[in-house]
Amino acid sequence: MTTLTSLTLAEARDGLRAKKFSARELADAHLKAMEQARALNAFVLETPERAQAMAAEADQRLAKGGARPLEGIPLGIKDLFATAGVRTTACSKILENFTPTYESTVTANLWRDGAVLLGKTNNDEFAMGSSNETSCFGPVTSPWRRKGSNVPLVPGGSSGGSAVAVAANLALGAVGTDTGGSIRQPAAFTGTVGIKPTYGRCSRWGIVAFASSLDQAGPFARNVKDAAILLRSMAGHDPKDSTSADRAVPDFEKAIGKSVQGRKIGIPKEYRVPGMPAEIEKLWQQGAAWLKSAGAELVEISLPHTKYALPAYYIVAPAEASSNLARYDGVRYGLRVPGRDITELYEQTRAAGFGQEVRRRVLIGTYVLSAGYYDAYYLRAQKVRTLIKRDFEEVFAKGVDAVLTPATPSSAFAIGEKSAGDPVEMYLNDVFTVTVNMAGLPGIVVPAGRDGAGLPLGLQLIGRPFDEETLFSLGAALEQAGGTFAPARWW
Amino acid sequence: MSVDAATVRRIAHLARIAVEEGEVEKLKGELNAILGFVEQLKEVNVEGVEPMTSVTPMQLKMRADKVTDGGDAAAVLANAPQTEEGFFLVPKVVE
Repeated sequence: MTTLTSLTLAEARDGLRAKKFSARELADAHLKAMEQARALNAFVLETPERAQAMAAEADQRLAKGGARPLEGIPLGIKDLFATAGVRTTACSKILENFTPTYESTVTANLWRDGAVLLGKTNNDEFAMGSSNETSCFGPVTSPWRRKGSNVPLVPGGSSGGSAVAVAANLALGAVGTDTGGSIRQPAAFTGTVGIKPTYGRCSRWGIVAFASSLDQAGPFARNVKDAAILLRSMAGHDPKDSTSADRAVPDFEKAIGKSVQGRKIGIPKEYRVPGMPAEIEKLWQQGAAWLKSAGAELVEISLPHTKYALPAYYIVAPAEASSNLARYDGVRYGLRVPGRDITELYEQTRAAGFGQEVRRRVLIGTYVLSAGYYDAYYLRAQKVRTLIKRDFEEVFAKGVDAVLTPATPSSAFAIGEKSAGDPVEMYLNDVFTVTVNMAGLPGIVVPAGRDGAGLPLGLQLIGRPFDEETLFSLGAALEQAGGTFAPARWW
Repeated sequence: MSVDAATVRRIAHLARIAVEEGEVEKLKGELNAILGFVEQLKEVNVEGVEPMTSVTPMQLKMRADKVTDGGDAAAVLANAPQTEEGFFLVPKVVE
């Protein structure tokens, strides 16, 4: 039987308009599912009263026949987006009592279109992590388990709570952010669809800043069409973010089902990394075969600077983070630990408020920006970044419409498996996704198969700047061939 | 390049994060692991390459030089740990 929580977003939208059920019923069904799934730790704050009030307003609009694009659709929002009057923490102790007096542009756009806030979802502290284990609220547990095992697995990160909210049917869609793979890697680990749009497509205003030249907001959904519907509402020019692009937002939903006949798909040889499991290689070839049988043309391409993207990222991102996180000073908002003087107040506050991964990155960032090291590290990394972007530009100039790659170098790992060791081990998770942020391009991850243990695996499509439509068309073609993936309920 | 214990302490002070003496060795190891990883960028020939300043081509917009926001001290101070008479409160800074 189809329950209200297992509908797709598009089905729920149509059901509400056909008066098959009310927005209040839809919200209540999700609030109940959230309550029953607390063991997953996907939400760090549930907002049932807000959800019911927003749903009641949606029902009034639906009754009058004036439904907005997302009227009555319940969503989970990563706790990195400022929500007015609703606690926003970035899952850091340093912001544990922060209640914004303002609303982020992306969430304001969603409420403008009638969406309903279910609650704030868990994430790695300040979005720094690839497993959702660095949150001050504790790790998120994936709804997926290996066949015959009950070992708890990570959902990926940093937007792990948003991915799980969607995968476990706790929300019809969710919003995340992606600085190096924080939407796409958890989408791959949880069998959901996630897209990081082109840099500038969504406003960054009101999103807790990590690395400003890389951060972008994007949606999670259970299929490609739902992701397209959400992105249309989230995107758009915002005068409050000078890096937001002043260009029209297409109706992305129309790209779904559009023929991919004759589209040129690049297969980059540099993404065949040493030690990549045979299952991932097989899935990649399968994806290419699916696109080919849908009419696309495959071409081998070269992106020669690929291997330098991750090391360059681990200079650029911490450098920008060290600068952005300077604002947490114990004076204007957030945690404050007293000290004898102002310097000691800063130092004690930041020592107590930042977790280990955040501290590590702030220190690395401070070092690479410090006097005498700037040219050797930061300037060189920004030059390498130019080369990474140029690699893509050359490929697109040759007529390639999109690039197909694996999403992650493995399926989900166990909680605790990688968090205790060398930090670089964890960073390698983002080896296929980070290039996209470095080049400012759009990238979508679509679930495409399972590994031997039954865990979902994803494929990534990388597009030209501001050509998310092609990604939605190609993603929908992959989905049509590969199907969708849902975990068996155990929680 | 690698960092020694003195550099870790100096960086921590620049970042205004108190680090316990017992943590310095561990942090040194972690920072050197990351610095070792990024070392491979030295292989790349960046001769004549412009550093990236903007990932998408864009021109900053001009706007009228007018006050568009502000005048709400209560909202600004709403999350401050300590305030007094509409000001942020900090320990004595100037003797």
